[in-house]
Amino acid sequence: MIDSQALERHGLKPDEYERIVRFMGREPNLTELGIFSVMWSEHCSYKSSRVHLKTLPTDGPQVLQGPGENAGAVDIGDGLAAVFKIESHNHPSFIEPYQGAATGVGGIIRDIFTMGARPIALLNSLRFGALDAPGTRRLLEGVVAGIAGYGNSIGIPTVGGEIAFEPSYAGNPLVNVFCLGIARASDIVKGVASGVGNSVYYVGAKTGRDGIHGATMASAEFDEKSAEKRPAVQVGDPFMEKLLLEACLEVMQTDALVGIQDMGAAGLTCSTTEMGSRGGAGVELDVALVPQRETGMTPYEIMLSESQERMLLVAKPGREHEVERIFEKWDLHAVRIGRVTDDGMLRVKENGKVVAEIPNRALTDEAPLYRRPMTEPPYLREVQALDVDALEKNPYFGAKSDAAENAHGPVLLALLASPTIASKRWVYRQYDHMVRTNTINLPGMGAGVVRIKGTDRALAMSVDGNGRYCYLDPYRGAMLAVAEAARNVACSGARPLAATNCLNFGNPERPAIMWQFAKAVEGMGAACRALDVPITGGNVSLYNETDGNAVYPTPTIGVVGLLEHADRVVGRRFQESGDAIILLGEGLGELGGSEYLKMVHDLVRGLPPALDLNAERALQQLLVALAGERLMRSAHDCSEGGLAVALAECCFETVGVGAEVSIGAAAVAHDARLNRAAALFGESASRVVISVVPADVTRVLEQASAAGVPARLIGQTGGNRLRIAVGGEMAVDTAVTEAERAWSTAIEQYFAKRVA
Amino acid sequence: MKFGIVVFPGSNCDEDAFHAAKEVFGQEAEYLWHKDADLKGADVVILPGGFAHGDYLRTGAMARFSPIMNPVRAFAERGGPVLGICNGFQILLEAGLLPGAMLRNKGLQYRCEHVHIRVEQTDTPFTSGASAGTVLRIPIGHGEGNYFAPPDVLQQLEASRQVVFRYTDAQGRIDEAANPNGSVNAIAGICSQQRNVVGMMPHPERACEALLGGVDGCAIFASVLRWVGSPLKV
Repeated sequence: MIDSQALERHGLKPDEYERIVRFMGREPNLTELGIFSVMWSEHCSYKSSRVHLKTLPTDGPQVLQGPGENAGAVDIGDGLAAVFKIESHNHPSFIEPYQGAATGVGGIIRDIFTMGARPIALLNSLRFGALDAPGTRRLLEGVVAGIAGYGNSIGIPTVGGEIAFEPSYAGNPLVNVFCLGIARASDIVKGVASGVGNSVYYVGAKTGRDGIHGATMASAEFDEKSAEKRPAVQVGDPFMEKLLLEACLEVMQTDALVGIQDMGAAGLTCSTTEMGSRGGAGVELDVALVPQRETGMTPYEIMLSESQERMLLVAKPGREHEVERIFEKWDLHAVRIGRVTDDGMLRVKENGKVVAEIPNRALTDEAPLYRRPMTEPPYLREVQALDVDALEKNPYFGAKSDAAENAHGPVLLALLASPTIASKRWVYRQYDHMVRTNTINLPGMGAGVVRIKGTDRALAMSVDGNGRYCYLDPYRGAMLAVAEAARNVACSGARPLAATNCLNFGNPERPAIMWQFAKAVEGMGAACRALDVPITGGNVSLYNETDGNAVYPTPTIGVVGLLEHADRVVGRRFQESGDAIILLGEGLGELGGSEYLKMVHDLVRGLPPALDLNAERALQQLLVALAGERLMRSAHDCSEGGLAVALAECCFETVGVGAEVSIGAAAVAHDARLNRAAALFGESASRVVISVVPADVTRVLEQASAAGVPARLIGQTGGNRLRIAVGGEMAVDTAVTEAERAWSTAIEQYFAKRVA
Repeated sequence: MKFGIVVFPGSNCDEDAFHAAKEVFGQEAEYLWHKDADLKGADVVILPGGFAHGDYLRTGAMARFSPIMNPVRAFAERGGPVLGICNGFQILLEAGLLPGAMLRNKGLQYRCEHVHIRVEQTDTPFTSGASAGTVLRIPIGHGEGNYFAPPDVLQQLEASRQVVFRYTDAQGRIDEAANPNGSVNAIAGICSQQRNVVGMMPHPERACEALLGGVDGCAIFASVLRWVGSPLKV
């Protein structure tokens, strides 16, 4: 008997239950209710987000596969496709950081090889509370170790990513994982079940009681009892996944499959339903045939388990032995658990007796769709107001006079050591980032770049997001995220091709959150259209809140780009003394939402930097052209910490190449020092620092001018100091080694200190 | 000449070694499946990096029971050149083809980065083309590379010049800070008494192309090419 308590446990609303009864023409039994609850959960049905996601651009001549399959795919020439997607594992990682993050990696890898692609690169985007806040250390260490433990073992390099620390994520870290694989464009495999009577196989790890209601958990907020949800987090086995990966790719080469689908969220339920529904067929299975790790499991538990490393596949008739033989080679046992039917039903039996029977359509097409109410959050107007002249005196200036040499040097050093900006070497050296011997641009260099063996080409990829910007203006913040990811890709010399998104927000039932979501999607769509990077898939993670405190709205975007010639890749670092430094783009001294404002004045205020999408597009096209003609020796975009931080980072990890630069002051405040700070640390968008051999300067400036991109020669490389004059005052004059020490040791020292 | 690259189910640097042998050095290369017992006429055997059987128990502990290890052992006893890289090194230790054992890295974390190693011995198949004292910049990627051997074994190793590579700084000086995993005597690689079996934690196959940021690993492959062409009498 289904009562209101049972409904609440399943995260179903009374009107949703009525909808189930109406569609079934009867009351569902408990197994059926469980199946509905996971398929209609926010996580699986996108019931709150779908109406908005439909507005995103998803087409283009480069797109081979848009949203709706396990991952998107784009054409990268030579008959090859890049298959990629980003996904969140926020809720499990909060409850159990190691396994939560590890199984996030496992899940996204399965999505890629399920499409018939060989995974070759991983990236991640992580958000935590303040580094020194209680709990952050445990979460950061656990998440990083989990990502490393899984990715290293299976042998897919983690070639880049980003991490930011912000108090709003303290109760709800974000773990977004991106994977990219390569397939022959003609061999992309779909997750379909068709052909009446065809065998449905189960292969991989045995089914246990872990992860039951994981999808439902990911569709609710947290409170102080969340630790009790630990059984809903799955446990990963990267070795099993390695076997599955190799065996599945080998089976796919035989053409013996009709379709294949991994079991991720909502396990067996979701995979059978989706395969059937995509193929316009039904699937009938007997849970007694499902390999089980524990005794006494009920059909309900078997259908809802989210045990990891499991695949469902449909074999072509007469080819079953071929499939079974390949799995045997890898010590895996493909077990026939059912067959494809023509009645469009998901029919679950237990030892031949029907225990659940639901039309696929009821679980997918008939899932509720909400156009949830939206209102502009009341905080917005208040935080967007920023009176630059009212900022208190900068504590970092101390008692020094206005004209003091290096007056802004200490601020620069402090920014370089702030956890969000500081080197993440402590993190990425725990990831194998070189296995598969394709990695050209190592982590920490901007976009991750991997060559494509057997071709001249390389792929660049970057994941970016700025929750602070989105908190201040979700529309503009999301645009900026797209622009930054695409810009990072373009800085490496690659032409941005397409994008994948991961939308991390709070509880959509609150109109202010829904408004943030809608605005962010709108901004993302506008930027993707303007920069010609269609969205080919992704994931939505809602209910990221604890005790009613939502995370900053955080759309994360992953952009993939193509380099025609791998050896023309451009990196972040200055190469040699005597090169010219050119700033592409215009600095407006915008301090809103900046790291400077946060660190120096402890303020998250103002409007995020303005973004002119046409200017951004022109800039990115120019970067790709200059790289193609080998006219840039280095390129690095200005983001958190502005131009000064970007210049410093260009000097780091070189053989000690410094720079002497001169720029104008901003005109945003009455105070001259603040105007200099705004020029140094303001985060105006669409700016890139490039270095060029002196003989090419005129040519580069002419090309920029022809492209309509503002370009200014601001200095040259050389010496062992970073010297930046602003409006004629030597605002920064610091030894590169000192600045680099601040930047490279900040995070490491934090952990060393805490261990001691 | 022909490279045979052993593939355990959890090997993940097998393709990288294959690529280096075949594409970079233009040699024949063939995968040797761990369940097979045939080296398919290989002139050199490489045990590549990875997590052979998941290595949840102890790295390489199960791999030594794989059927392929019988012909590998026989090949080694006949003086055939065998190189174990990373997990391959760990397997050689577990299989008793090399002395000693691996502990977890001193920092207890997996480390992936470029390190410097100094070539200590040049009378092995894999260092015959290098000169003693040469410093190579080669990446590592491991969680258990902290080489350990009891004092008597260590003394024997040093006395019979079996330490082939040591971690050093860029200038070739031994330095605590330049030892990424805490290995005793800064040991990065050793050879068998017969000198034809070499195990090393750094990954030479990751440092064979300028595009990937360095070519110092070429010395190891170039050495064995030369050695097989005109074997040193050991």
